[in-house]
Amino acid sequence: MTTIEKTTDEVLQLASAHFKVPRQQLRADDDFFKTLGINSLQALDLLTRLEQHFHIELPDYELQGVSDFRTLAERIQSRL
Amino acid sequence: MLDLKEYKCLGEALRAALDRWPDEVCLIEADRDREKARLAYRQFKEAALPLARALQDAGFQSGTRAAIIMTNQSKWLISAYAIFFRGGVLVPVDYKLTPAEQIELLAHSKAEFLVVEYHAWKGIIQAPNFATLGARAVLVTEAPAGADLAGAKCWEDFRGTGEPVFVARERKDPACIVYSSGTAGRPKGCVLTHENYLEQCMAVTPIFPFSPGARYLSIIPTNHAIDFMGGFIMPFTGGGAVVHLRTLRPEFIRDAFTRYKITYMAVVPLILTNLQRGLRERFAELSPMKRRALNAVISINRALTHGRPRLGLSRALLKDVHQAFGGSLRALLVGGAFTEPATIAFFHDLGIPIYNGYGCTEACTAITLNDQKPFRPDTVGRPVRGMEIRTRDQDAEGIGEVIVRSKTVMSQYLDDPEMTAETIVDGWLLTGDLGRIDASGHLQLFGRRKNMIVTEEGKNIYPEDVESVFEGIAAKEYCVFAANFLWPARTMVGEQLVLVLHPESGEPVGEQTAASLAERNRRLLNYKRVSGFLIWDFDFPRTASLKIKRAELAEQIRQAVSREAVVPL
Repeated sequence: MTTIEKTTDEVLQLASAHFKVPRQQLRADDDFFKTLGINSLQALDLLTRLEQHFHIELPDYELQGVSDFRTLAERIQSRL
Repeated sequence: MLDLKEYKCLGEALRAALDRWPDEVCLIEADRDREKARLAYRQFKEAALPLARALQDAGFQSGTRAAIIMTNQSKWLISAYAIFFRGGVLVPVDYKLTPAEQIELLAHSKAEFLVVEYHAWKGIIQAPNFATLGARAVLVTEAPAGADLAGAKCWEDFRGTGEPVFVARERKDPACIVYSSGTAGRPKGCVLTHENYLEQCMAVTPIFPFSPGARYLSIIPTNHAIDFMGGFIMPFTGGGAVVHLRTLRPEFIRDAFTRYKITYMAVVPLILTNLQRGLRERFAELSPMKRRALNAVISINRALTHGRPRLGLSRALLKDVHQAFGGSLRALLVGGAFTEPATIAFFHDLGIPIYNGYGCTEACTAITLNDQKPFRPDTVGRPVRGMEIRTRDQDAEGIGEVIVRSKTVMSQYLDDPEMTAETIVDGWLLTGDLGRIDASGHLQLFGRRKNMIVTEEGKNIYPEDVESVFEGIAAKEYCVFAANFLWPARTMVGEQLVLVLHPESGEPVGEQTAASLAERNRRLLNYKRVSGFLIWDFDFPRTASLKIKRAELAEQIRQAVSREAVVPL
């Protein structure tokens, strides 16, 4: 069983690799729009990357109102 | 095309369309690459009339207000038609707002019925202000079997039997209440009449005609005036089709162009710049020789299409690029916010028929459109048919506030006669935008007079709407401004909000306060956040009723400090 901590860590790793931001600069409670310097469409790109990694489908609305890595990881965790 | 002069209301025109083209496809709905629904006009009617009958049985009458909170999908349009069939007033609410904000707008609109997607409803019933929801009937789409709907009904089960009674409205009657902005502050509910929509449709369809086979890819939220017109009223009254995607992922949008042979699409600048980025990346992958060849063809295309679009020629010259857009694209419309001329020129040079324009919800969408005859990316085009535009209070360079008069101008802001009187003066809509009309009638925009911003996603943000999130911060007083209102700039891109903070006397603003501001800022949706704060050590000027005199405060700040004094958040 994957824990929320592990999922969050994987989300941070993938975001780091996808947007080429050093992993050590990212924290679970960070606002990913600001930390990664991305807009809402680029956030959808990240969602696609996360889907491929976790083998799940995340509807766009799962990103609605979400702006920190931890909450995003929780949304993923609920679908694992 | 239907002759819309013959119809008094949207319900009548849509009803005629359903009977005129019964076997033509009007709706295609896909979830990513999975097609979920494909409806002919006859099937659309068969889906909508039982809903209209159930509304009738539930006491839905002429003038009853019904709200929709849904992403772009077939049930949005089916519900809207059923509401119009029963003579109702539609309240399209932005699905991207927070549930608490949605409830506030529902309360302001006094909507009696609500049609809402399940995932949005789940958020609404958990919102702290849920108890204030006044709708007497809620219809939830796509609810899982056995889900607790907190008293709401399943949309799919809400069907009546027997023919519903059609309720006609007059041209001057309200058709929709559309919120151009505003939640916590002062909601701006634009009351748009049937005449507003019919006239707007007649003004724009000569430029973008619809007929059976024409397909519009619906990307901008349907609650936005642009998509409601381009992704519903225009295609339906012309026998065309609307393609809904349940995702905005760029890869599926690209796929939809070719899969469904899209004819028209409206986008906001954010999506356009994303498409531009994608094309640039693909061009960068070409070998140096192919790149040089492409640039040469682009130059030829640019020279041959400057005076007017020549779509056939451009498609032949730049076949691969046009194939990526499906090969059938007749117009890519960009609106909702100001678009950089360089971005428009990028697409124009490729022969992609790009049309920018200028408009606002208060004028029922488009005021001007660039007809590309000739191509003028430095402007937002000329007025569409039936639109009178002028500028007032011009400066030495001829730049003044853009004012508009036409049959598309809203009747009023809902329940706000004071704001209506400030906005519509002697029949002219004061837009608050600064522009200049040149000798050829093209409008150029130079910034705003009003204290607000528009994001790249086409969202209007008024400072008053975000202020409440800072309530309780350690300061004597505070208020939020559009940075370009404090320090006027001749631009309509990259607009930002600034928090002006008056600390308690003698209290330095330390890291703790800054951290608190940042934390509160994050509670706002990402596109509503302030970009920084400004320390102001003087009392705010206030009225006798203690309201902040914003214009006066802005003037004081403007005289004393520059934009560089803003501390980024």
